[in-house]
Amino acid sequence: MKRTTVPRDPNREEKKGKLAKGMAIVVKNLTKKYEDVTAVDKLDLEIQRGELFGLLGPNGAGKTTTVNILCGLLKPTSGSVYVAGYDVLKEPKKVKELIGVAPQATAVFPSLTGRENLELFGDLHLMPKDHLKKNVDELLKKVGMTEDARRRVGKYSGGMMRRVNLAMALVHDPQIAFLDEPTVGMDPQSRHAVWDFIKELKKKNRTVILTTQYMEEAEELCDRVAIIDHGKLIALGTPKQLEDKHGGKNLEDVFIQLTGRRIREGI
Amino acid sequence: MKVRRISSLAKKDLKAYVREPAALFMVFLFPVIFTLVLGVGFGAVGGNQPTTYQIGVVNMNEGASHPEWAQYLIGNLSESEILRVESYSSNDSAQADLIQGKIQGYLIIPADFGQSCYSFWASPSNSSSWTNTTVKLYLDKGSLFATQAIPSIVQQVLIETLYGTLPSASSGPVTLGFPSLIQARALTTFDYFAPGLFAFASIFLIMIVAQSLTFERENGLLSRLYATPTSGGEVMMGKTVSNMVIALIQAALVFIMAFLVGYRPVSDAGSIVFAFIIVSIFSLCCVGFGLIAAAISKSSGVATGVSFIFIMPLMFLGTFVTAGLSSVAQSAGQFVPSYYATDALTSLLLRGAPVFSPMVLLDLVIVSIYSAVVLGIGILLFRRCERA
Repeated sequence: MKRTTVPRDPNREEKKGKLAKGMAIVVKNLTKKYEDVTAVDKLDLEIQRGELFGLLGPNGAGKTTTVNILCGLLKPTSGSVYVAGYDVLKEPKKVKELIGVAPQATAVFPSLTGRENLELFGDLHLMPKDHLKKNVDELLKKVGMTEDARRRVGKYSGGMMRRVNLAMALVHDPQIAFLDEPTVGMDPQSRHAVWDFIKELKKKNRTVILTTQYMEEAEELCDRVAIIDHGKLIALGTPKQLEDKHGGKNLEDVFIQLTGRRIREGI
Repeated sequence: MKVRRISSLAKKDLKAYVREPAALFMVFLFPVIFTLVLGVGFGAVGGNQPTTYQIGVVNMNEGASHPEWAQYLIGNLSESEILRVESYSSNDSAQADLIQGKIQGYLIIPADFGQSCYSFWASPSNSSSWTNTTVKLYLDKGSLFATQAIPSIVQQVLIETLYGTLPSASSGPVTLGFPSLIQARALTTFDYFAPGLFAFASIFLIMIVAQSLTFERENGLLSRLYATPTSGGEVMMGKTVSNMVIALIQAALVFIMAFLVGYRPVSDAGSIVFAFIIVSIFSLCCVGFGLIAAAISKSSGVATGVSFIFIMPLMFLGTFVTAGLSSVAQSAGQFVPSYYATDALTSLLLRGAPVFSPMVLLDLVIVSIYSAVVLGIGILLFRRCERA
């Protein structure tokens, strides 16, 4: 059987004119329906390379569904998605080589140690062993888990698991990181440590897509934010631009103005 | 498919089995304890040396002249507190039972035995008128007690039968032949159970695989794996490899434990290695059933229950448990793969069949086909369930 090889060129689609120059993610007319529920509704997004982009929205707004589609875990009902220059629908494996995903719900292997969880994900990305060891050591240090790295994750506290959950997404030094509510359940110290860590990713010119319900987190970290509700994009811009445009004293004000005060349930 | 990914995923599963107490018990300790209990309960421990001896008698004197003498001898043997006598119609049938260890020895009463005894009593002092004959004795070569004790007991009974209350003569017309030693095994119930135990241990992989996959699915771990370049095929292969390794370790543990409690297979090293290959192929079938159970279960708790839908028939219809079942149930056993795995293992380890005997190869082919089909269905169902 003839094998077709796809070059590992993140600018591939740019050269073909499918992506604007410097774009990490381009989403066009993205829709995802679950029977009679529309989770994502004709969403258009462009995220630049090296950008720290916040995806905000109340429970059930479609944030996680959007992230799952961008990661190639879910197939959209319609629309197109390009990540790092690759069409997610046509070349999901290429996309997955270049991205790192920290899911919203902590997903760690409880019978492995913290170090083993990181090493497993490095192995799945076929990292060279010496590079993997170096990255694992660095990441464990950054998330403050060096001392507990040889303990089984099942014996960790919730906050420690969250930190390992985050580190697992970044062990292979991905070009694009999807961090789905990475600081949920963390104490202020851990949260600030993770913020510093995310800022470092930006300094390394990595693209970060951050979903969060903490508006001060988005304000602190994100270059631009998109607020989505009922699967639709309802606001897009820098936190300052949104505050100016909607007359809020901070991003939380804007968020409440746009999405209302009604309590939501996640789906 | 990348070998490194498969090996990392398999190692991850193996660590989970070793480190989680529940899995550790089910995968390793349960088969070991079960083997030990069966070994002790069904005769592998201390069961080989009976306090009485079971011997067979082939009476060729029946229908010949003076058959009452043979009946006297059999009666006297039966009255002995040490010997338990069983009659056989032919040398072949007695020898078959001796080889299988059902009796420790047998003697053949010759057709002229009655005539010989009669000739002695007709003229006790005239040896030239006697009809001389020999009672042949066959003994279990492997039984130290049988070779030592039985000839002297039989000799004693023979003298009592021939001379009665007379002082025993230094010589008479009837002599006891030099015992022929035959290689035989004293089979215990456990010997019949042991081959089935190897398949029995693997069957519980169904539950382990189903629980493991549903746990990973419930906790978002499978999704997380699929967010990496890892393919579904690599994840499935990792599961398959880890469980094949587990099956081989289980078989080795069961074998060691069975050996420690007295089990001795009648096979060479090649047959034992081949038995392990059969177990590993059968384990693929169990992985397949585990995948099917995981595909139709919403949670690991449900998966445990669903697993038993597959475990029960495989266990009761296809392993050592079959021996006590009705003929209908035994016929039904022919529809479960564990029946063929157990049959192949029994042929190799109990019947001493060579590796390439047609029966063993036929069983292996059937187990392989079952494994390929069940594993294929399991992978298809599980992948479909994941996509849904």
